Amino acid sequence: MYLVVEQLLNGLQFGLLLFLLAAGLTLVFGIMDFVNLAHGSLYMMGAYFAATFVAWTGSFVLGALMALGATLLLGIVLEYVALRHLYGRDHLDQVLATFGLILFFNDAVRLIWGPAGLALPLPAWLTVPVQIIPGVYYPAYRLMIIVVALAVAALLYLVVMRTRVGMLIRAGASNREMIGALGINIKLLFTLVFGLGAALAGLAGLMQAPILTVQIGMGENILILAFVIIVIGGIGSIRGAFMAALFVGIIDTMGRAFLPDLLRKVLSGAAASTAAPALSSMLIYLLMAIILVLRPEGLFPAAKR
Amino acid sequence: MKPKLNASNAVAALMCAALILLPVYSAATGNIFILTLFTRIVIFALAAASLNLIMGYGGMMSFGHAAYLGIGGYAVGILAAEGIGSGFIQWPVALVVSALFALLIGSLSLRTRGVYFIMITLAFAQMAYYVASALSRYGGDDGLTVYKRSDFAGLINLSDRTQFYYLCLGCLFGGLYLIWRIVNSRFGLVVQGVRSNEQRMQAIGFHANRYRLVCFVISGTICGLAGALLANNTDFVSPAVMYWTRSGDLMVMVILGGMGSLFGPVIGAIVYLLLEELLSQFTEYSGLILGPVLLLIVLFARGGIMGLLGRMRRA
Repeated sequence: MYLVVEQLLNGLQFGLLLFLLAAGLTLVFGIMDFVNLAHGSLYMMGAYFAATFVAWTGSFVLGALMALGATLLLGIVLEYVALRHLYGRDHLDQVLATFGLILFFNDAVRLIWGPAGLALPLPAWLTVPVQIIPGVYYPAYRLMIIVVALAVAALLYLVVMRTRVGMLIRAGASNREMIGALGINIKLLFTLVFGLGAALAGLAGLMQAPILTVQIGMGENILILAFVIIVIGGIGSIRGAFMAALFVGIIDTMGRAFLPDLLRKVLSGAAASTAAPALSSMLIYLLMAIILVLRPEGLFPAAKR
Repeated sequence: MKPKLNASNAVAALMCAALILLPVYSAATGNIFILTLFTRIVIFALAAASLNLIMGYGGMMSFGHAAYLGIGGYAVGILAAEGIGSGFIQWPVALVVSALFALLIGSLSLRTRGVYFIMITLAFAQMAYYVASALSRYGGDDGLTVYKRSDFAGLINLSDRTQFYYLCLGCLFGGLYLIWRIVNSRFGLVVQGVRSNEQRMQAIGFHANRYRLVCFVISGTICGLAGALLANNTDFVSPAVMYWTRSGDLMVMVILGGMGSLFGPVIGAIVYLLLEELLSQFTEYSGLILGPVLLLIVLFARGGIMGLLGRMRRA
């Protein structure tokens, strides 16, 4: 039972992290109609920046904040120099261009930080286990991820639903041309949204960094998961991305934790140990395929353009 | 159809001639490396050409095409590991399994359009990737070594570099001829009609999705053949062949060369893989140059290399 609670929390934590990544992706996708494969690279850069700045300043929080600012800046520069010329182009052109960016970032990281991964050590106050309910201890750091991600999600909700900028973002998602025609500086808005997305990806990367190692290509696997989420949730819908991210995070984690035992009850030992890892890795993709077959526009499609 | 002499056709003809004469050059200069490099390029050109059939002519943006490379490769590898070395069994199995996989994922994926189609094909390819990673009997993550190349009963010796190269080249030309015939047939015209306007084609009585599905299956089967060749070429097959960045590579080749032109993907494959190879000769960090080059091509050379050649003619 305790194990279930713990795995549920792990799933929640993973799901929230995925939401941070997917939120930026779905905003950029929904508003600029831009497929950004390099979003995973921004996630990776966030982690590398954090590892560097934390080692440099000696403070986890300060380093993390600096990394956040660096990713934001990187996103804005990237948008300004290259990507803004690709809005309104074919999705395939965007896929090709941002695929090129992945190649670039991977080798740039290899050049700067070397091929070996980095570790981002946690400060002592984040490594202690916290007793959440009697008898169940949970690592403080993972708890912090949940809290921070929830806070960011709430903030994002407030910004998008309650402020003027958010109103423009929502208007942009439903009709780009119209808000341009109404005299809104749409270029600035796009740059802003892209920077926001980059910072969210960077935040996800730097928070994940102490749990996994910081390495080249870390953004590629998780990028696909983020795409799965925005497709399941309905492209352009933040609410959809949130629900789908939690869904995917929990199902993926629970699948990995409990599927092997379940399979062992049904199948023979050897067959189960072969099938279980494949099946738990596939679970998410299977889920997406089923959802797309039944609801080709995702679960929470954004308002029609 | 009478072929016209223009820049694109001239380049295509020159390219074919160069590909045919390459082993002569290699034998004359003793440069074996170029032959092995181009064997690989020819195989990927076949895979890219098959992707072009659905992407360029059918308007179906499959982001999971590398799955067939893996399926074709694993069909050869697994049969070889189980002691069935005959190419007359291995290759038909590779083609049939690829076709069945394409039929399955095509019939599900074709319910969606646009970005959703891109993502669902990607999802299926990732599933294939994870299945292959879990095949612990056949190497799992580490991949499977093919100790003996497919045996064609003395008809052709795949271990001979030159013979194998010509086999690959023959498959490429055969594949291109098939695609050319398909594209210009009634069936191909319907598929292209569906790409331009699905509703009209439906309205005049064509089952758009049936045509699409058949096209999708043909494309997957051709790519399965490329997979069988690839496994023989590297004597090895691993899940990495199916990873999504591989599908990305194939897409890049098609778009780079020029989508929807018969020889575009071949040129794309040659340029992309040569560039990769050349850059890796003098720098360890080829992506630093290759990445921005791709970006610049997208920004300034729409329609890929074939598109550039086409504009040259008009200018």
